[in-house]
Amino acid sequence: MSRIREDYEKTAWRRLVHFINGDEKDMTEEAGYEVETEATTQRIHDEFFEEAEWNHRKEKADTMLSQYEEWPETKGVVYFRKLYNLIAGVICVAIIALLLITAAQLPSFGGTDNPASNEVAERYIEKGMEETGAVNIVAGMILDYRAFDTLGESHVLFLGVCCVMILLRLDGTESERVKKEAESNDRIYEPKNDAILQCVAKVLVPVIMLFGIYVVFNGHISPGGGFSGGSIIGAGLILYLNAYGFKKTGRFFTMKTFSVISVLALGFYAISKTYSFFTGANHLESFISAGTPGELLSAGLILPLNICVGMVVASTMYGLYALFRKGGI
Amino acid sequence: MGVFTFLLFVGLIICALYVCFAKNLLTSIVVFMAYSVVMSIIWLLLESPDLAITEAAVGAGVTSVLFFVTLKKIHAMDDRKDTEDEQD
Amino acid sequence: MGEILSGLFTNYYETVSMILFGIGFTTLLFHKNLLKKIMGLNIMDTAVCLLLAAHGYIEGRKAPIVVDGVTAVEAYINPVPSGLVLTGIVVSVSVTSVMLALTIRLYRRYHTLDIDEISKAVQKEGK
Repeated sequence: MSRIREDYEKTAWRRLVHFINGDEKDMTEEAGYEVETEATTQRIHDEFFEEAEWNHRKEKADTMLSQYEEWPETKGVVYFRKLYNLIAGVICVAIIALLLITAAQLPSFGGTDNPASNEVAERYIEKGMEETGAVNIVAGMILDYRAFDTLGESHVLFLGVCCVMILLRLDGTESERVKKEAESNDRIYEPKNDAILQCVAKVLVPVIMLFGIYVVFNGHISPGGGFSGGSIIGAGLILYLNAYGFKKTGRFFTMKTFSVISVLALGFYAISKTYSFFTGANHLESFISAGTPGELLSAGLILPLNICVGMVVASTMYGLYALFRKGGI
Repeated sequence: MGVFTFLLFVGLIICALYVCFAKNLLTSIVVFMAYSVVMSIIWLLLESPDLAITEAAVGAGVTSVLFFVTLKKIHAMDDRKDTEDEQD
Repeated sequence: MGEILSGLFTNYYETVSMILFGIGFTTLLFHKNLLKKIMGLNIMDTAVCLLLAAHGYIEGRKAPIVVDGVTAVEAYINPVPSGLVLTGIVVSVSVTSVMLALTIRLYRRYHTLDIDEISKAVQKEGK
C-alpha cells in the first residue's frame, strides 16, 4: 500500500498538482555541500582581510537598496498620483467635450427621420401582433423574434450567481471559526424577530408576490414580463427573508430548489425554442398557434417563456442576496 | 421641453453629482436609489413602460439592497478587526 | 459654437445622458473608494440606456402596445431600443453583483476599500 503511494508521489501528475496548489515542497534535488579543504581555508583567510572594505561597500549598497525599495511607497506614490490625476482630468474633459459635440450633431430628438426607426422596427410593428400573437410588441420582439438573445441573457444571470457563489460561498472547506464569524457578522446590526418588520411583511409579502405573478402572466398583453415580474417576486422573497430569517425561507428555498428551478427553466426554454426554430426554418407545421391576441392563453410560446424567465430571475435575485448575507443559499 | 421634464433632469443630475461628492457611503447609496426612481419616471415619459417597471424593481430595489448588504458586511468586519488574527 | 448650443438644446435628452455619462466616468476615474467606483459605473450604465431609449422615441406616438387593433407604423414608437435596454438593465445587475462580491473578498484580505492601499499591500506581498 505504501509503495503505491510512494510511486504516486513521484509521478508527473502529482508534481503538477503540487505546482498548481502552490505547495512549497522543493521538488529539486538538494545541493551537496562543499567539502572544506585547505585551499578554501586559505581563501577564507584572504577574504578576512578584505572584510573591512567589504563592509563599507555593503553598507553603501544597503542604503541605496532601501532607498530604491522605499521609493514606490514614499515619493513614487505621490508622483504617480499627480500624474494619474493630470491624465485622468485631461481624458475626462476630452471625452465629455467630444460626447457633447456629438450629441449636438445627432438627428433631432423625437423626429421621424431618426435612422433607428428603419424597416426592421416598421416590420415589427406592422406584422408583430399577427405573427406572434402578443399585444405588447416589445414582449413579442424579445421572446419571439429575438428569443435567442433573451436565452443568452438568462444564462448571464445564472453565470452571475455562479461567480458570486465561487467568490463568497462558505462550504465544508472553511474552518468552523470562519463560519461562526460569518453568522455573527450577519446579525450584528439588526434585531432578531423585529415585530414591526414582521407585521409589515405579513401584509405586504402576499401582495408583492401576487403583483409579481400578475406582471409575469400578463407580459404579452400589458407592460411587464419575465424580467420585471421576476425581480418583483425576488424583492418579495428578500423582504420575507429579512423579516423571518433563514430558518423559515430554508423550508421552501434551498440550494436544491435553486438548481432545480434554474436547470428546468433554462432547459425548457432552450428545448422549446429549438423546436420552434426548427419548424420555422424548415417550413414544417408547428402545433404552437398564435391564438387570439389579447387573451391570457394566447401568443404561443411567449407565456411559458415569460414564466421560465420570471422563475430564473426571481431565484437569481434571492440567491444573490442570500449569498451576500450568509455565504450560501 | 416641459417644466416637469426639466425638473426631473435637474433632479437626476443633482443626484448623480451628490453620489459623486458625498463623503458618507450610506448616504450616497440612498441617493443612488433616488436616482433610479427618477430614472424610472423618465422611462415612463419616453413611452417605455416595460423599462419603467424593470428599472423600479431592479435599480431601486435589488441593486441598492446588494449595495447595503456589502456595506453592512464591511462595517461588521471593521468591528471585528481587532480580534481577528489571521487574514482571510 | 451657436450651432452646437442650439443642437444641444434640441437634443436635450441626449445632452443629459452625455452629462450623466461624464459624471459617472469622472467618479470612476477619480474616486479611490471601490464602492464609489462601482456606483459610477452604474451611472454610466443608465446614461447609455437613456441615450438608446431616447433614440427610439418619436414625438406624439404611443408606447408599443397594440390598442384597438391599430397596427399602423405612425401610431407607435420604435420598439427595438426598448428591447435592447431591457436586456441591458438586467445584465447590469449581475455585473454589479459580481463586482460587489469581488470587493467583499478584497476587503476580507486587505481590510481597506482604498485602491491605492490595496495596490501597496499587493506590492509588499510580492516582495
